[in-house]
Amino acid sequence: MIGRRWWVPWLWLSPALALIAVYLVYPTIDTVRRSFMDANSSEWVGFDNYRFIIENPRPLVADTHQALLNNALWLVLFTVATVALGLVIAVLAGRVRYESFAKSAIFIPMAISFVAAGVIWRFMYEFNPDIGTINRVVTELGGERTAWLQNNQSPQSWFTDLGPQDAWGPFQLNNFSLITVAVWMWTGFAVVVLSAGLKGISTEVLEAARVDGANEWQIFWRIIIPIVSPTIAVVATTLVILTLKNFDLVWVMTGGRFGTDVVATQFYRQAFVVGDRGVGAAIAVVLLLMVVPIMLISLRRFQFQEETR
Amino acid sequence: MATDPRVLSPESVEEALGPARAEPARAETPAGFIAKIPLHLALIGLVVLWSIPTVALLVSSFRDPTAIASSGWWTALTEPGNFTLDNYRDVLDRRGMGDAFINSLVITVPSTLLVILVAAFAAYAFAWMDFPGRNALFLVVVAMLVVPLQITLIPVLRLYANMEVDWEVPLIGGRLFGTASFPAIWLAHAAYGLPFAVFLLRNFFGGLPRDLFESAYLDGASDLTVFTRIVLPLSAPAIAALAIFQFLWTWNDLLVALVFLADPEMYPMTVRISNLVSSFGTNYQVLTAAAFISMAVPLAIFFALQRYFVQGILAGSIKG
Repeated sequence: MIGRRWWVPWLWLSPALALIAVYLVYPTIDTVRRSFMDANSSEWVGFDNYRFIIENPRPLVADTHQALLNNALWLVLFTVATVALGLVIAVLAGRVRYESFAKSAIFIPMAISFVAAGVIWRFMYEFNPDIGTINRVVTELGGERTAWLQNNQSPQSWFTDLGPQDAWGPFQLNNFSLITVAVWMWTGFAVVVLSAGLKGISTEVLEAARVDGANEWQIFWRIIIPIVSPTIAVVATTLVILTLKNFDLVWVMTGGRFGTDVVATQFYRQAFVVGDRGVGAAIAVVLLLMVVPIMLISLRRFQFQEETR
Repeated sequence: MATDPRVLSPESVEEALGPARAEPARAETPAGFIAKIPLHLALIGLVVLWSIPTVALLVSSFRDPTAIASSGWWTALTEPGNFTLDNYRDVLDRRGMGDAFINSLVITVPSTLLVILVAAFAAYAFAWMDFPGRNALFLVVVAMLVVPLQITLIPVLRLYANMEVDWEVPLIGGRLFGTASFPAIWLAHAAYGLPFAVFLLRNFFGGLPRDLFESAYLDGASDLTVFTRIVLPLSAPAIAALAIFQFLWTWNDLLVALVFLADPEMYPMTVRISNLVSSFGTNYQVLTAAAFISMAVPLAIFFALQRYFVQGILAGSIKG
């Protein structure tokens, strides 16, 4: 290393640090401060805004409980479905000659915007079965068409003859419709990262297992899954952070109406539509607190890799 | 997250894209082929399922407005020949998508260049300079990855409101700074992209061979020389991956443009389309053509530069 004057590193860092300070660090601190103030950020109100989130006094205007429950559903269902589908597709594609073609097809939705995806799927979910692909398929199969993005009834009514039923908690049909779109967009990501992990499995191990009489099912569960589990963890972490910050898709497709609000859209509604900056900021802080543990896990893994590099 | 710089090597990308090493394509015997039929059916089924929504949009965008409103896109496949470019003409001329396309470019290209430049400077300092608090500071930068963008909007908007600069600057549209200027949104996009960019480039720079730097420094090369003659040329793949990522991310952004651009003349395509969705909810001849115009650039980049795109994904899978 050469001797440098003490300020040289800071000169190289200063543009980046200045931008990050103004656009990310300062707003975060300001949001925490504002979460303890009233709607106009003029007086301190202690923990009142957080109490608002817990007590949920105005569910018709802004249902904070629904938003939290919906986010929990997203967190579990979206992450599990995307990882599972990604793994299945990665394993299947790894066994055919047109692997890169198959992966590209799955991967394309990653490149387009949430706005374009919103248009694509409004068209798919269109109520009129002469136009809407999904309602066409449903009616051809003898089912009844529905408004997939507006229907907040329980999805069971689609599989039984019971007729519309009130949904329990976040288990509304339209939440499942939205999560489907997200899975469509992000499975390609899981496929690409997981197949990179799968390439690390040596041929010898698989051949040895086959010689010993293991069937493909056993190979999948006893060999492939344990070896790629660190990669699965990476993918799952990314997807979890993504669901916690999930905003665009819900905003574009339903605007958070019909009971589909998630935490980030709830924040936007409180801050920009209802105009209560205090409650909006408190929701944002809750969001941040949910992301922090995941971030800490990622950072710890990063530090570990640094030490061993 | 992948912090191993080898992840970006051409071989690893070859592996991620190319045929599997773990399952060498064996000479296909008839029995082997039959055994694989369920596999092919399942995989092709999934590929078709995944492509249907995009194909539906593409086919519909070339259909006559009355046809779109009265019959499904699949009917156009059985009776081809009735395709038209009218929807595209309508959207580009009358709905302002042509101007919006230019706006999208004017917003995206400078933000992308800005991120690369600023992040490369910082990444060089983090990777090859010693200073107190280096690791802690780097961790703070990486930690900013998880800050949800939405929570920064109100404080930044308030800053902008205090900083409106009312000079007319004809070249970059409207004013010099504030909510009716392009520089304000360039800086915002650059800042939001920085944590990921610094993270990605630092890991790549840090993986370059140490000897190279030591001999250069011994020869009396300055930091700027090392940076421009050694670091940047060797890091071309990482920079390409970052550029694609940042370009797509900015091109596809709705929220930042929605909040920071007060002037409808400056709206990019995403904002324009989302307004079309609100005002022409089921007017699919407008929506499908508009959506496809906005997808054309990302799809072209994706097909032309898929290799670098995959590199970016693998190297940056921490990003949420």
